[in-house]
Amino acid sequence: MTNKPLDETSENLIEIRDLKYSRGPRPIFEGLDLIIKRGEVTALMGPSGTGKTTLLRLITRQLIPQQGVICVNGVDISTLNIRKLYELRQRFGMLFQNGALLTDISVFENVAFPLREHTKLTNRLIRHVVLTKLHAVGLRGAADMMPAQLSGGMARRVALARAMVMDPEILIYDEPFVGLDPISMGVIVRLVRRMNDALGITSIIVSHDVAEVSTVADRSFLISQGKVAASGSPDELRTAKSELVRQFMHGMADGPVAFHFQAPGYEEQLLGRDSE
Amino acid sequence: MKRLALDVYNTLFEFVRTFGAFQLFFLRLVKHSPAIVFTRFDLVVKQVYNAGALSLVIIMVCGLFVGGVLGLQGYSNLARFNAEDSIGVFAAFGLTKELGPVITALLFAGRAGTSLASEIGLMKATDQLSAMEMMAVNPVRRVLVPRFLGGVIAMPLLAAVFSAVGLFGTHLVAVELLNVDVGAFWQQMQNTVDIEDINEGILKSVVFGVAASHIAVWEGYNAIPTAEGVGRATTRTVVITAIAVLVFDFMITAMMI
Repeated sequence: MTNKPLDETSENLIEIRDLKYSRGPRPIFEGLDLIIKRGEVTALMGPSGTGKTTLLRLITRQLIPQQGVICVNGVDISTLNIRKLYELRQRFGMLFQNGALLTDISVFENVAFPLREHTKLTNRLIRHVVLTKLHAVGLRGAADMMPAQLSGGMARRVALARAMVMDPEILIYDEPFVGLDPISMGVIVRLVRRMNDALGITSIIVSHDVAEVSTVADRSFLISQGKVAASGSPDELRTAKSELVRQFMHGMADGPVAFHFQAPGYEEQLLGRDSE
Repeated sequence: MKRLALDVYNTLFEFVRTFGAFQLFFLRLVKHSPAIVFTRFDLVVKQVYNAGALSLVIIMVCGLFVGGVLGLQGYSNLARFNAEDSIGVFAAFGLTKELGPVITALLFAGRAGTSLASEIGLMKATDQLSAMEMMAVNPVRRVLVPRFLGGVIAMPLLAAVFSAVGLFGTHLVAVELLNVDVGAFWQQMQNTVDIEDINEGILKSVVFGVAASHIAVWEGYNAIPTAEGVGRATTRTVVITAIAVLVFDFMITAMMI
């Protein structure tokens, strides 16, 4: 009963049923089922190229699946018109891989951007809210800098402040740990957990950093070959028997996910026999 | 042979499809324009500054030299018929009706169009447009429409500046350098140039402004979000704008004569 509307207090915030999506001839998801529970930190993991970011774009309807249902708060998002979709998106906050800060305005204005677009707050109030959020990520002092002057880790923290500024119910992190030094990484990991618990929001993290994810996630989904290959708490995944899960969780080079991309026989190709 | 036919068919089909999408995109821009003009005019002002004020120097320098060339060429040709006094009329017609709008549009494509296309393309490549969508802000409305309107407003103003500075350039060459009578220069111009001539120039510069801004915004928005894609979009902006401007110029001139 996927179409039955659920009440706002239901445990399942996002339900995905039988999702199929392909880009060109290449299928990315083939019957994916997934449930994200309210108030938890959920991690979506998987080898690169399995479409984790695509899944985020599907959940936020930046892309539309060929088949299957995605429900947020019990509402099938494919039925929403643009106005309703934008209303829904105001309840989302998303942290992009590289921050995606608007480069022509300052850090302060970046964080203020959603407020200026969606609310009629006075400048004083906006200043208050923005400084509070910047303070929460430790960058109140950088308010007047331009995005180009920030380091990668700082940019991501500013983007996090911007994602939180409308007090969203769902925070989505797309690869929040990639390319960060250990200090920034630790800062972000702690922020993710703190945001989730202090503000009572639901967090979705897309990542393949097993170690970092294990420290923050309540529940992880391992996605491979268009389906959920395994799910459970980080500990359950680590002790799982499945070959694929073991390969991924322990970072082994070869296994069900082959080290070599599809290619003709090595010897054949070196000897030039394949071109004959 | 069959493959050739299929190729031609596909190319033609793709062209018609893109052209249709291009026109629909124009309607989208126009649809959102009133709301932006009435509620967020500050955004438009900023873009008029970017596209217009920042192009002023190149427009004025080019205008001065084009005017100067008109003075030299006009003088050497008109002097053969002892008509060098008419050089003011000659330059005024040339600048207000043709050279002003056309050269301004070409310079505009090179200066403002490329910067629009690459800016929008890079915003797309760095996920800024997606981020806006995720913040429930329509990027067409928030980013593209102000830039489009900024170009549309800036272009006729720039063309007017170009023509004015151009006439000054002609004055410098003809009157100061070649000793054409200053009274004849300006008086004949006043007597001969009608408001219709000026209107033709204004009409052209408005049409070129719409075309150049539309093309730049379209190319940027549809750029493939990679370094190469943005580069190609920038080039295409200049090339397509140049073609469109010259074709429109011919069409409007044919209509007005």
